[in-house]
Amino acid sequence: MRTPHNSPRPPAPGPRPSLIRIVLPFHLRNLARVDDEVTVEVAEPISIEAVLNALEENFPMLRGTIRDHGTRKRRAFLRFFAGGNDLSNDAPDTLLPEDVSSGKEPLFIIGAIAGG
Amino acid sequence: MSTIRVLVGTRKGAFILTSDGKRQNWTVSGPHFGGWEIYHVKGSPVNPDRLYASQTSGWFGQVMQRSEDGGKTWEAVGNEFAYQGPTGTHQWYDGTQHPWEFKRVWHVEPSLSDPETVFAGVEDAGLFKSTDGGKSWLELPGLRGHDTGPLWQPGAGGMCLHTILLDPKNPDRIFVAISAAGAFRSDDGGTTWKPINRGLKSEFLPDPLAEVGHCVHRLALHPSRPETLFMQKHWDVMRSDDAGASWHEVSGDLPSDFGFPIEVNANEPETIYVVPIKSDSEHFPPEGKLRVYRSRTGGNEWEALTKGLPQQDCYVNVLRDAMAVDSLDPCGVYFGTTGGQVYVSANGGDSWEAIVRDLPAVLSVEVQTLRE
Repeated sequence: MRTPHNSPRPPAPGPRPSLIRIVLPFHLRNLARVDDEVTVEVAEPISIEAVLNALEENFPMLRGTIRDHGTRKRRAFLRFFAGGNDLSNDAPDTLLPEDVSSGKEPLFIIGAIAGG
Repeated sequence: MSTIRVLVGTRKGAFILTSDGKRQNWTVSGPHFGGWEIYHVKGSPVNPDRLYASQTSGWFGQVMQRSEDGGKTWEAVGNEFAYQGPTGTHQWYDGTQHPWEFKRVWHVEPSLSDPETVFAGVEDAGLFKSTDGGKSWLELPGLRGHDTGPLWQPGAGGMCLHTILLDPKNPDRIFVAISAAGAFRSDDGGTTWKPINRGLKSEFLPDPLAEVGHCVHRLALHPSRPETLFMQKHWDVMRSDDAGASWHEVSGDLPSDFGFPIEVNANEPETIYVVPIKSDSEHFPPEGKLRVYRSRTGGNEWEALTKGLPQQDCYVNVLRDAMAVDSLDPCGVYFGTTGGQVYVSANGGDSWEAIVRDLPAVLSVEVQTLRE
C-alpha cells in the first residue's frame, strides 16, 4: 500500500503543509489499494482543488475517476461533503472548513446512491 | 498439453476460467474489479500473460488495467482518452449535431507483433493506440475525422467502436466497425480510412444503401484468409471476399438473421457461427430456444446446434463481443450470455456445456490457447 505519510519528502519552502484526511468511496479505495481513509499533505490555501490535486499526485490511478481529465469538472455522480455541508457545487478554489483543513475531520468523497 | 484461458468481462467484474486442452474441468478466478463493468479483456498474442482490461463505471469513468501474469495481478495504467484536433460533431437522436464525448472503452485489441502496442475502440466512436503498454493513449483521428463523421449516429447502445480486426498478413490494414456508422478499413496503419459498406442494406435508413449509417454488430475473419470478412449486422449476416469492398448476404435459412456475435472456426475458414436473436425489438432467442447456428459453407446453409443448450424458456441474449474460439483441433467455441452462463463446445459446436451458470451478465468473452 502506498500512502503519502510514509513517503518522507524534504520540507518545501513557504507555508507548512497540512495533513488532510480523505474518505474515498469503496471502489476508489480498491482502485487506490487502500483499506481506510487516506491522508495527503496540502499546502495552504487548502481548497477542494488543492486537495484533489494532492490526492491525484499521490494516487495517480485515481486521475480521471473523480474529475474529468480534460475539463477538471467533478464527475456527475460524485459528491464532496465536509463539515456537514455539501461542497459539490462550490467553486474549485473554495477553501475547506477549518475542521477539515486542521485534520480534525475528513473530506468525504461520496458516490451518489443508485437504487433499484 | 495446452491450457485454455477464457477471459470473461461482465457487468460486475472480470472472471478468468482455466482448463487443460480437454476443456472439461474448469477453475474460476474472480471477480476481478468486482462491481465494475468490464467491457473487454484480451491478451497479447505475442506475450499471452500480458492482458489488457477495460474497466468502466457510471460513477468513476474509465480505468484501464494491465496484467503481466495472466490475470493474477493487475496494475491500473493510463485512462486519458483525449480526442485529437477538432472535437467535431455527429448526428444526435433529434437530428441535430452533437459534439463527440468520450464515454468508455468497448474493445481492446493488442497488436499481433508487439506486446507494448494495443488499440482501443471507444464510445463516442474513435480509435486509440498505445505503444507503451497502455500507459498513454493517442487517437488515430483520421477515422473520427472522416468526411462522413457528421452523418454517424448512436445506436441504442451508444455510438461505439466495438470491433477491431488486425490483418495478420498486412500490418498496415485495420478493419473496424461502429454502431451506427458501419465498417471502415485503413490500409496505412490507421492514418486514413474508407467506409466499406457497399452491399449492406438497412431498411431503417432513408437510403437503405447509404455509404454510412449501418448498424454493424460484429465483424470476423479467419487469420489465413483476411480478405474474407463475415458480418453480423443489425439484421442480415453478410460476407465479403474482397476485404470489405463489397458485401453479399449469406443469411440463407437462418430462423432469424438478427443477432450480435459472429465467429469463424479456427481450423475451417468456411465454418462460421452466429446466435440468432428474435428481432431488434425482442433481444432473446426465437421460441425461447438457445441455438448456435453453424454454417460449414461460409454462409447460406445453416444448422442448429442445440445439444447441451436450453431448448425451452430461455430468454437471454448473447452480446457482440461475447463469443470466441480457441485454436485447438477440434476447435473450441465459447460464448457468454446476459444470464451469466458461459458455454463451451470442445467439438466445434456439436455439443455444449456450461462452464459457469451464474455470473453477472456477460459482456465479452475472449479465449487464449496457451501451448507448453
